[in-house]
Amino acid sequence: MEEVNLTIKKLKEKFPTSILDRKTFRGEVTVTVPKKDIFGICKFLHSDPDLQYQFLTDLCGVDFFPETPRFEVVYTLCSFKNKERLRLKAKVGESESILSVESVWKAANWLEREVYDLFGISFENHPDLRRILLWDGYEGYPLRKDFPVEGPDFDKPFVPEV
Amino acid sequence: MAETRTMTINMGPQHPATHGVLRLVLELDGEVVAKATPHIGHLHRGVEKLAESKTYHQAIPLTDRLDYTNAMGNNLAYVLAVEKLLGIEIPKRAQYLRVMMAELQRIAAHLIWLGTHVLDIGALTPIFYTFREREDVLRIFEEVAGGRLTPTYLRIGGVSKDLPEGVDEKVKAFVQTFPEHIRDYETLLTKNVIWLERIKEVGIISKEDAINFGVTGPTLRGSGVKWDIRKVFPYSSYEEFDFDIPIGSVGDVYDRYIVRLREMEWSNAIVEQALERLPKGPVITDDPRIALPPKDNVVKDIDALIRQFKIVSEGFQPPKGEVYASVESAKGELGFYIVSDGSNRPFRMRIRPPSFLNLSALPKMIEGSLIADVISTIGSIDIVLGEIDR
Repeated sequence: MEEVNLTIKKLKEKFPTSILDRKTFRGEVTVTVPKKDIFGICKFLHSDPDLQYQFLTDLCGVDFFPETPRFEVVYTLCSFKNKERLRLKAKVGESESILSVESVWKAANWLEREVYDLFGISFENHPDLRRILLWDGYEGYPLRKDFPVEGPDFDKPFVPEV
Repeated sequence: MAETRTMTINMGPQHPATHGVLRLVLELDGEVVAKATPHIGHLHRGVEKLAESKTYHQAIPLTDRLDYTNAMGNNLAYVLAVEKLLGIEIPKRAQYLRVMMAELQRIAAHLIWLGTHVLDIGALTPIFYTFREREDVLRIFEEVAGGRLTPTYLRIGGVSKDLPEGVDEKVKAFVQTFPEHIRDYETLLTKNVIWLERIKEVGIISKEDAINFGVTGPTLRGSGVKWDIRKVFPYSSYEEFDFDIPIGSVGDVYDRYIVRLREMEWSNAIVEQALERLPKGPVITDDPRIALPPKDNVVKDIDALIRQFKIVSEGFQPPKGEVYASVESAKGELGFYIVSDGSNRPFRMRIRPPSFLNLSALPKMIEGSLIADVISTIGSIDIVLGEIDR
């Protein structure tokens, strides 16, 4: 079958073994790629003159506990040139890390910090990987499925360092 | 030779000009900002986590409380995502009502921004005028939905109720007088030398940087990028309305100010068009799985009573899948990414907050400028911490 989606076609040419899964649901294209290739693929999508995914709309994590690998990191990209969106996904296991795309899109800086903060997924080569919404020294990762919604209050008062 | 030292100061979280609880750690070299580090999270309520334990209907009130100046827009983004997941069509009248409310809300949100932004810089008068007009909008919301700040007017499949009698007259009166009010604000500000001195060539961000930082909304358009979700990925019948996207050129505070003023005028025009062309018909989908039955039937008809009970207690079960839907909120692209596992609760609800990414570009805008300019730059990107911290 001739591939109609230009992005998928170009991705297949450039990274023939990297497209693990490809889905279209409600007109939205989702591509799953191995986590080791994520940086190369993002860089390619960002810089390719025909695609120009210059805009990282969103980057978030999803926890599929108790499946393994446990997490998915989801990248929502947007191309100003083609007025198109693309969703990239990479599976990441517990206590594994994934390459940071901060050097491709500066937007990823805070978004990756948030995923690190709430899911505990660490990003390699991130320039400033600290918690962002919760305070340093907080224990646990609230958006994980095994983190309870209710529970005892924390007993360590937070004193910010200046 | 004298030793050069930088001074580190804390701005916020209790600071009137940080619009909420934003804490900035500024490293100062004299009066010049050498480095700025924003610290956020003081208002974190775990909305994304909370939504996972609520049914789809129950999550609507949570969205009002994200960007609390733009509740209608937040509702809209969320219900659009759920409707996309369900794959249902919304009645035309409901779509037009949504557009009307979202644009009135945009005007109200921009009025708060204008009033507080110029107040930060020292002009005490305009806030009284802008809040006067905002009050008109909130009165309309109160009559339509029952709530002012958090109306929770939208429902999955439509809106909660039709316009009450007499409200269209009030909307019409507002629409007719509002352009005059914008001229009033402009008389106070646009050619005011003190105002211009504080905002021209301040807090500049280039087109390329704005895109790379994921900046959206008036802040992106101020840098000269013609990008608006209402035009690019139209939703809720926006393609049927006639409006333009104002843009700036330099990307400074002044450009963002002008963009928002022009945007209010266009929003006003959209409200006018929506009111004129408001189609007749139902205001919520007739899909029995999703919409609550009319209240009259519930007390008379056992089937309707059962349906009401089922929807309120269990909700509905959308198909397995994942969707992303976004709207152009007052602050920028507000998106909802929902993953469904086929149950009656969202497996994951991710909010793409525009202010979060706009704020992440703040250090880029203020490093190297004077500390006084930090105030006007924060005001110009129009952040709401309720949305940043979620």
